[in-house]
Amino acid sequence: MTFIANVARNAGDPKILDAGQSSLGAVDRLAKALGWFSIALGLTELFAARRLSRVLGLNGHGLVRLYGVRELAAGVATLSVDKQAGLWSRVGGDALDIATLMAARGRDNPRRDTVGLALALVLGVTVLDVAATQVLAARANRKRRDPRPSYRDRSGFPRGLRAARDGVSDVRSPKRGGADPVTTAAQ
Amino acid sequence: MRALVWHGKEDIRCDRVTDPGIEDPRDAIVKVTSCAICGSDLHLFHNFIPAMLPGDIMGHEAMGEVVEVGAEARGKLKVGDRVVVPFTIFCGQCEQCQRGNFSLCQRSNRNKRLADKVFGHGTAGLFGYTHLTGGYPGGQAEFLRVPFADATHIKVPDGVPDESLLFLSDIFPTGWQAAVQCDIEPTDIVAVWGCGPVGQMAIRSALLLGAEQVIAIDRLPERLEMAEAAGAIAIDFSRESVIERLNELTGGDGPDKCIDCVGMESHVMPSQPDTLYDRGKQMLGVETDRPHALREIIYVCRGGGVISIPGVYAGFDDKIPLGQLMNKGITVRTGQTHVNRWTDDLLRYIEEGLIDPAFVVTHTVPLADGPEMYKVFRDKQDGCVKVVLKP
Ligand SMILES: NC(=O)c1ccc[n+]([C@@H]2O[C@H](COP(=O)([O-])OP(=O)(O)OC[C@H]3O[C@@H](n4cnc5c(N)ncnc54)[C@H](O)[C@@H]3O)[C@@H](O)[C@H]2O)c1
Ligand SMILES: [Zn+2]
Ligand SMILES: [Zn+2]
Repeated sequence: MTFIANVARNAGDPKILDAGQSSLGAVDRLAKALGWFSIALGLTELFAARRLSRVLGLNGHGLVRLYGVRELAAGVATLSVDKQAGLWSRVGGDALDIATLMAARGRDNPRRDTVGLALALVLGVTVLDVAATQVLAARANRKRRDPRPSYRDRSGFPRGLRAARDGVSDVRSPKRGGADPVTTAAQ
Repeated sequence: MRALVWHGKEDIRCDRVTDPGIEDPRDAIVKVTSCAICGSDLHLFHNFIPAMLPGDIMGHEAMGEVVEVGAEARGKLKVGDRVVVPFTIFCGQCEQCQRGNFSLCQRSNRNKRLADKVFGHGTAGLFGYTHLTGGYPGGQAEFLRVPFADATHIKVPDGVPDESLLFLSDIFPTGWQAAVQCDIEPTDIVAVWGCGPVGQMAIRSALLLGAEQVIAIDRLPERLEMAEAAGAIAIDFSRESVIERLNELTGGDGPDKCIDCVGMESHVMPSQPDTLYDRGKQMLGVETDRPHALREIIYVCRGGGVISIPGVYAGFDDKIPLGQLMNKGITVRTGQTHVNRWTDDLLRYIEEGLIDPAFVVTHTVPLADGPEMYKVFRDKQDGCVKVVLKP
């Protein structure tokens, strides 16, 4: 990656010697992996709905296709900056998947072993999804200091607004870029 | 040297990189003593501005000491000079520079051909920004090569702390230009959307330029408090209807002048359904910006009023109510800041103690903490308003 980054540089621009630690944390990487997982699963559900339903012994494949669309949307959101929203929609999707697979585990389904396997997989991924939302929620907490620092005294006008206004109207010079050329031209 | 390097979306690292050197006789090398993280850097952090490449050095707000000067810049700069580096690189000689339109310099963008294709007519070169603006290595680093350094610098005196001068590089002139473009009259009520660093500077500039009243809009209590400290009336958009409150405060007329210091990443929340719509489209790559604040501004602005837009927009926006804009006869003014057009005067105001831009600094940390501070600033944690980094 560093090599590619350096190839693209203009001749004189600084090139990377050693890369430092990334602002991306472990949870960001996990979210990225889950996002791509969503995309892959979504595409499979969308385009191989018939095969997938057959493997799991489900009757009808319309629902699987619909789940594929849902999975793709969750994937796109999870890969975005708003990964928190994406992960929550994944958790919601996990719940739907679990309910659907539970319903398909009946004695009359000859493929119930495969369904059991899929269920275990979904449960595993659900744990990761929930864990990621929790870490992100903790990180998004705005407070780090209590009480919140006060900015009541930060007016920015050391001598007060009155004096600042008077001073500015005194020294504002029209010729040295103090006036806006466009406005001046219009007058 | 060490520098904050863009590796991808939300991926910034403090890398060890090769030192810059003089490439052109008009160059100078500045040893950076202070630099800052800007709201524009967050758009890059989120990869919402096209044409960033892994390996790009971030940062366009920097100052320091001149340590090397190219032959043709020697008349204007010498080793040891203390300078603030404006984020817009300009030659000072082309037709746009002659008019003071420094952010439209026709020579400083080294990717001008590409920029001409994308923008119709390309803009100036900018430090630490997209390759559409030249892809110049930025100032969140120990050393910075300044192209066209004979023009692209602001000489500053010793004896004034870095924190009071650093923002001449961008946010102070940006807030100032935004307010100047409003043509403020003594009876004007000016409303400012967004109380980030740019909004804070715009609020103070509007007051200095004589506005009767400034109204500040945001949702973060600490930023609203900072706006009130200057004398603005605060509106918390997460708790009250901005449009109702503004009409109430203006006797039903709406603000005369409106300044958009929010830009392309308007806060997303269900009570503003258009933000959800924009966010969805943005994720799918069919809209580049979330212009909620701008829609609100066009709706609430008084007829015949002025809308000034310092907030950055990247490309294509949906559902902009041009009908309201046209029928109400509103004037729109915008642009990247022509930094040096304003800095002579602004430096004088700082030296005379009329204003001290250091009020906005809430965090000062070593450069190596930069990657972490991008997140703190982005997530508005710990009361963060402005981060200064010390290389
Ligand atoms: N024109 C220029 O030359 C120039 C220079 C510097 C910065 N900028 C741009 O100015 C903008 C602001 O920069 P900043 O450093 O202050 O960034 P910032 O992200 O710190 O501030 C943005 C503020 O807007 C608030 N906000 C979000 N949605 C809002 C809404 N709907 N209504 C009101 N407030 C809302 C946020 O809470 C935040 O406080 C950015 O877009 C930045 O790129 C432009
Ligand atoms: Zn900036
Ligand atoms: Zn020029």
